Amino acid sequence: MAKVILTADDSATVRQMVKFTLSDGGYTVIEAVDGQDALARLSPAVNLLITDLNMPNLDGIGLIRSVRSNPALKGMPIIMLTTESHDARKQEARAAGATGWIVKPFTTQQLLAVVKKVLG
Amino acid sequence: MIDKLQASFREEAGELLAELESALLELDCRHDDREALGRAFRALHTIKGSGAMFGFDELAAFAHHLETAFDRLRNGEAAATRELINLALASLDQIRVLLDSGGRSSSAEAERRAAIVAEIERLTGIQASAAPASPGSGAEMSFGRCGPARAWKIYFRPPADAFLNGTNPLLLLRELAGLGSMEVVLDTSAVPRLQDIDPERCYAAWQVILKTAAPREAIQDVFIFVEDGCELRIEAASGDSQENAPPAADAAPARNGRQMAGPAPSMRVAAEKVDQLVNLVGELVTVQARLGEISLRRGDPELQAVSEEIDRLTGELRENSMSIRMMPLRATFERFRRLVRDLGIELEKKADLTVEGAETELDKTVIDQLNDPLVHLIRNAMDHGIETPAERRASGKPERATILISAQHSGAQVLIRVRDDGRGLNAEAVRRRAVEQGLLDEAAQPSEAELFSLILAPGFSTAREITGVSGRGVGMDVVRRSVEALRGSIEIASRPGAGLTVTLRLPLTLAIIDGLLVRVGGGQFVLPLANSLECVELGRKDIDAAHGNHIAMVRGETIPYIRLREYFGIQADPPEREQIMVVETEEGNFGFVVDEVLGNHQTVIKNLGRMYRDVPTVSGATILGNGTVALILDPHRLVQHAIQSASRRRRDGSRAIRPEAAAGRETLQNGFQRKAERTDDTHKKQ
Repeated sequence: MAKVILTADDSATVRQMVKFTLSDGGYTVIEAVDGQDALARLSPAVNLLITDLNMPNLDGIGLIRSVRSNPALKGMPIIMLTTESHDARKQEARAAGATGWIVKPFTTQQLLAVVKKVLG
Repeated sequence: MIDKLQASFREEAGELLAELESALLELDCRHDDREALGRAFRALHTIKGSGAMFGFDELAAFAHHLETAFDRLRNGEAAATRELINLALASLDQIRVLLDSGGRSSSAEAERRAAIVAEIERLTGIQASAAPASPGSGAEMSFGRCGPARAWKIYFRPPADAFLNGTNPLLLLRELAGLGSMEVVLDTSAVPRLQDIDPERCYAAWQVILKTAAPREAIQDVFIFVEDGCELRIEAASGDSQENAPPAADAAPARNGRQMAGPAPSMRVAAEKVDQLVNLVGELVTVQARLGEISLRRGDPELQAVSEEIDRLTGELRENSMSIRMMPLRATFERFRRLVRDLGIELEKKADLTVEGAETELDKTVIDQLNDPLVHLIRNAMDHGIETPAERRASGKPERATILISAQHSGAQVLIRVRDDGRGLNAEAVRRRAVEQGLLDEAAQPSEAELFSLILAPGFSTAREITGVSGRGVGMDVVRRSVEALRGSIEIASRPGAGLTVTLRLPLTLAIIDGLLVRVGGGQFVLPLANSLECVELGRKDIDAAHGNHIAMVRGETIPYIRLREYFGIQADPPEREQIMVVETEEGNFGFVVDEVLGNHQTVIKNLGRMYRDVPTVSGATILGNGTVALILDPHRLVQHAIQSASRRRRDGSRAIRPEAAAGRETLQNGFQRKAERTDDTHKKQ
């Protein structure tokens, strides 16, 4: 069974790139346009969440907090996409419960490597 | 792909710029509109992030300055002014220019942008122009191997909340193993007592000796996501200077150490040797049964203790040696792809083979004998079942047919299905043919399943013409014979026009199974334990309450049952309280009424002689500890047989179907009595 990855990003291009790269890597990718949409699409069947930090309606930090407070989604790995290499932002997401992060811009190889790192 | 993404980015950026513009205009009306400010920031943020990823570096760098400025506004570190908004709108136009020109622009434009940036920075109080995030990621993991291999000593204790944050420490260890060869020793010192364990916390730590050519940074990068919360020590192992000498860990492997690099070692052994081993284990199990019997009779606790210990060991030995012979079906299944392809060319048909459950394991001796029947079934499907592409088009099906071959476990049995989406069986044609060949009485009204089972009879074929592939009427009865030789059975299901499914039901193994020994009168039988659910008592009152129907209530569930005493015609008075073994079958849960359930029995399956070969409800025999023989019953067949004879009775004595099963039953009864007599004789001699 292919592992299921949910990508939450308000940028269609980033979603497309993530989907293209990960589908190529043998994963099944579901897209969500913002944090709220992601919450609606998340289920225990999702193996990994990749989320942007800045999104309308519900931002990445809020999304991560919601996932971490939902017992049904316990232990789900979460990778956040961030443009800031600032430690403060990383710390905030990490404290919210993110598993790892990727700094934009990233290459497809980097994305695959990070996904492999947290998903096996 | 990158072109497509660039085009997509351009389109998206256009929308984002429109969004940014409207946000800026709103902000122009109300300078403290936080919502508009947020929208502007997000639009810029996305333009910057995506732009850098799809090759618009200059654009990304420019947008970064603007984003930084808006971040300050958002955080209240600077105020939005008309002047600033004018500059932002000018920047927006610049971004649009960069977007349309594909990221390149004249130096005049570049100067203008630099001026805008300087002005914005002055207005928002940004000290120096910070460079945008350089390409590359915090989780950069590509690195070249450099330098000679060195040994590193790594101690890693993940944060206690690692699991809650979605971190899987084992993946990190595996990643570490990918860097070179390593040895891992688990440190369980922090694991609390069982009652204090919170299963969601991580208590483990690992001591790793890693021999790798990768630099220290590469090792550190493995732990990049957890380095804040975890305990991590990376130090060069002693003996670091002796680069080509084996590291200390290699010389003295720790007891708990496990080589993570390279697959687990394996060795080839002749199949014959394994067969011999299984046979010997079978003998051992039989002898153990005798020992158990004797120790029970002697009532010597010391002897019993030894016997029980040996019983446990033989059980383990049995499971171990059987597992050696278990092999996945993959190799067998995958070979059929070629067969389907070649047959497709020969018959000018288009078909694909889909394989499911190829990882299902089965005794090698069973697999070896399975190849021929499966080839027959696939040939049949290709030749008779699947239509020509033209015919398929005409009936609205896709031109390419699908043949599915699947395997799945069901108790102590394996179900192997071959399914095609071809024309299926025509019940009327089968019927005509069966009557023609004298297999079926003209007036008979067999059920569909019974009718379809006739195609398994020798010489039966419904193919209109004989082709080079099949249709000579030697197909299905060969399949039936090979499957029955494996103590399996065949079921056929079909819908006209929608295809045919042939299900082979095969025992997992032909050697030893876990059984439940039961007694009826003077005879003992074995039921496979894997299908047995529970055993309950059946008293006289329960029997009377059912008004002569063979039905019992077990915890509110109605369970139909078969009285083995009646079924086998055993002449002995039933005890006051009988017992029902509830067994799971394809047909639902059924009960088998016996006098007494004697207990668990490691059952070494022995073939019955030629005389009993056609008795479908008995799958073999086993030798008990006292030297007597117990028949091994096939509950699935027993139930099917009971259902069939019940429906036959209902159809008012129709003798249409050849009374094979009934004949088998007579043979069995006679045989059973004869066996009982023989057993009596041996007892007398003793």
